[in-house]
Amino acid sequence: MQRSEALTEADRLMTICNSCRYCEGLCAVFPAMEMRRAFTGGDLNYLAHLCHACGACYVDCQFSPPHEFDVRVPAVLARVRHESYADYAWPRALAPLFRRNGLAIAVITVLSIAAFILGLAAFNAPSTWLESRHGPGSFYALMPHNAMALLFGAAFLWAAVAFIMGARAFWNDIGEPSATLAKPRPLLRAIRDAASLRYLDGGGVGCYNEDERPSDNRRFYHHLTFYGFLLCFASTSVATLYHYLLQREAPYPLWDLPVVLGTLGGIGIVIGPIGLYAAKRKREPAMMDGGSRGMDVAFLAMLVLAGATGLALLLLRETRAMDVLLALHLGAVFALFVTMPYGKFVHGLYRFMALVRYARERHSAELEARST
Amino acid sequence: MTPEHVIADHPLTYDVVVVGGGNAALCAAIAARRAGASVIVLEAASKFYRGGNTRHTRNMRCAHDAATATLSGPYPEEEFWDDLLRVTEGETNEQLARMMIRESKDMLDWIAEQGVRFQPSLGGTLSLGRTNSFFLGGGRAMLNALYLTAERLGVDVIYEAEVVALDIDTDRFRAAIVQQPDGRLRVRGNALVAAAGGFESNIDKLVEGWGEIARNFLIRGTPNNRGTVLDLLLAGGVDSIGDPTQCHAVAIDARAPKYDGGIITRLDCIVFGIVVNTNCERFYDEGEDVWPKRYAIWGRLVAAQPDQIAYIIFDAKSANLFMPSLYPAIEAASIGELAGKLGLDAERLSATVTKFNTSVRDGDFNPDILDNCRTENLTPPKSHWARRIETGPYYAYPVRPGITFTYLGVRVDHEARMMMKTGGPAQNMYAAGEIMAGNVLGRGYAAGIGMTIGSVFGRIAGSGAARHAAQ
Repeated sequence: MQRSEALTEADRLMTICNSCRYCEGLCAVFPAMEMRRAFTGGDLNYLAHLCHACGACYVDCQFSPPHEFDVRVPAVLARVRHESYADYAWPRALAPLFRRNGLAIAVITVLSIAAFILGLAAFNAPSTWLESRHGPGSFYALMPHNAMALLFGAAFLWAAVAFIMGARAFWNDIGEPSATLAKPRPLLRAIRDAASLRYLDGGGVGCYNEDERPSDNRRFYHHLTFYGFLLCFASTSVATLYHYLLQREAPYPLWDLPVVLGTLGGIGIVIGPIGLYAAKRKREPAMMDGGSRGMDVAFLAMLVLAGATGLALLLLRETRAMDVLLALHLGAVFALFVTMPYGKFVHGLYRFMALVRYARERHSAELEARST
Repeated sequence: MTPEHVIADHPLTYDVVVVGGGNAALCAAIAARRAGASVIVLEAASKFYRGGNTRHTRNMRCAHDAATATLSGPYPEEEFWDDLLRVTEGETNEQLARMMIRESKDMLDWIAEQGVRFQPSLGGTLSLGRTNSFFLGGGRAMLNALYLTAERLGVDVIYEAEVVALDIDTDRFRAAIVQQPDGRLRVRGNALVAAAGGFESNIDKLVEGWGEIARNFLIRGTPNNRGTVLDLLLAGGVDSIGDPTQCHAVAIDARAPKYDGGIITRLDCIVFGIVVNTNCERFYDEGEDVWPKRYAIWGRLVAAQPDQIAYIIFDAKSANLFMPSLYPAIEAASIGELAGKLGLDAERLSATVTKFNTSVRDGDFNPDILDNCRTENLTPPKSHWARRIETGPYYAYPVRPGITFTYLGVRVDHEARMMMKTGGPAQNMYAAGEIMAGNVLGRGYAAGIGMTIGSVFGRIAGSGAARHAAQ
């Protein structure tokens, strides 16, 4: 198969890096690269997903532009990652969603929110629309819980199937046996590396963004985003358990677990993405893949929208604005879920899997070194 | 008036003017600033290319009495001295060298205090884990850290500031005349630290020592080490040290750029093949010793061949035994075809390979030790790792001399003060780094020693200059 320009360029860079190796202490990409002399497309995709784009190798490189060797590892690997998202997409017919991704996600989001507003308006008598409501069950007066559960359950299932199929495609591409995913050691190692964003630390001092001064802003904001998302997810899960196990209906009081988790998480997915966006605006262009900007920003905007509408709903749930805010929030969250397999969210999945493989490779290499 | 003639005076007179922007210069600037002096660094390169050859370095050799987090075992002063004596074959100033080695023990901590980070331990193929500390991210990462520290301390740095004249009154520095893109600037100072590197990127100057063959040399590092400051100092009455024809020359890929190809143009496959010149003749024992030890002789050997080019020839058996490099090996199905691709005479190359093959005596091949695979009745012999070149595909790398640095420099005393031709030290002129490396390293090289000279003498020069300026 003809290699894409990005893969060809990544191959050129990895050949240069492999004959230099000054960066081998910075992150996982370079030690993984050193285990190879030549690079298949799968190898390059694997290395690309290991890269966290901390920028240290760019700032430290004696061959980065304006040097004629033009070594721009973070940018080129970002380009390879971006291309691979479409290659792994399931179903294949939706792969084009990765092209002009910002526009696609914006349109889907608007349609989703509009559908919720119209749906709520259509299924509720005009007399009850925009009334202020209080107490448990007030959400479900607008939209029956079963309808909500069915709709979001379907969206969630869709996303889960698409993720699994994408993960399979990635795993096949990089040629790793499926047995690796069942080994506890690499899994635990990868969970630790992913949870701490170990490889976004620029080799210890923090990641690089606009110049040669490490700042670590991006790691901080990414943590807010990632853990914010997890807290929101936990909030929803707890609420689901409340509903089915304890027969307690939303909305819950402010001190209750789903609200506390959701509030903290909501703050995280509002502040985190805004911080990441601000860092992106200042980022040295030579470290970035310009082609993925729309996708990156669309995903950040989706998170902020879901978080901000959720927080607004919490603040104003006892006012007449509740109906509109509920429709907005449900629309945003629904759009977030159905578009997740076709946007920037997937980077986390493939990066995690690349970390699993790296942990396995590293462990195998250590065992081999010990036995010789 | 053309811009070259415009001279503006820098509004400030600095305590210490540091000329150069590499490791030695920054160590001097930081040490001087920490001692309370006002300091300016005049770097000829742009910000990206700042730091001279330090950009391309990776590690530093320091004596130490016990293993550390970054070093696998002790490297006592005496062993360092033995190593230095061996590589220089005695061409070193013992007093200065021993002082440098003693001071190097303290440098690992001092350098780390300036923000430079080291790698925990090295995988790779170099066996330097005990003697040398490796900078995390390499030489440019080290420079970035030093510049950040210097900036934080309040050292002024100007880029694209090439020193084109020095105002020296007998043995006293007064000012440096700096060429900048928009004109000339006079920078006055109470003391000077010259840390402006050697002259390896000044081909005309290399030609003076080597003759016309030097035009075929490649320069591995910065294009800015043109020796201007060295010339100005020598013309200003400073005493010289070292041989103008001596330089560190290794054989690097002939396809490398003229300047700044750096580490990735090196080839360490010579020990696994044979090396022939354009007449298809071998000219030296490729298996004389372990590659790192004989690394530095091959540039000189290739420089002595017609057109200053040679070809490393090996076969498929050896293709994966060495570090990958920037350019792919030239590949062919037969020796004859390989000769065609290299522009060599096919019959002669085949004859050389056949003669080599018939001289090979079988042994136990082991790339890690001086093994017993050698030739018999062959001139020159191949003493180790000799294996028949008979398994296709066949490969070749063209190589040329790659110059790393030069040895001619200014003479200094143990305080890094320049010595005048008239005898006695200069009043306020200090030197550090490659520009004075010849005091310690009259010839030869040991990995990481350039950084040791730069850091140790840089710090001494900086503190000395600051002390002088305070008087």
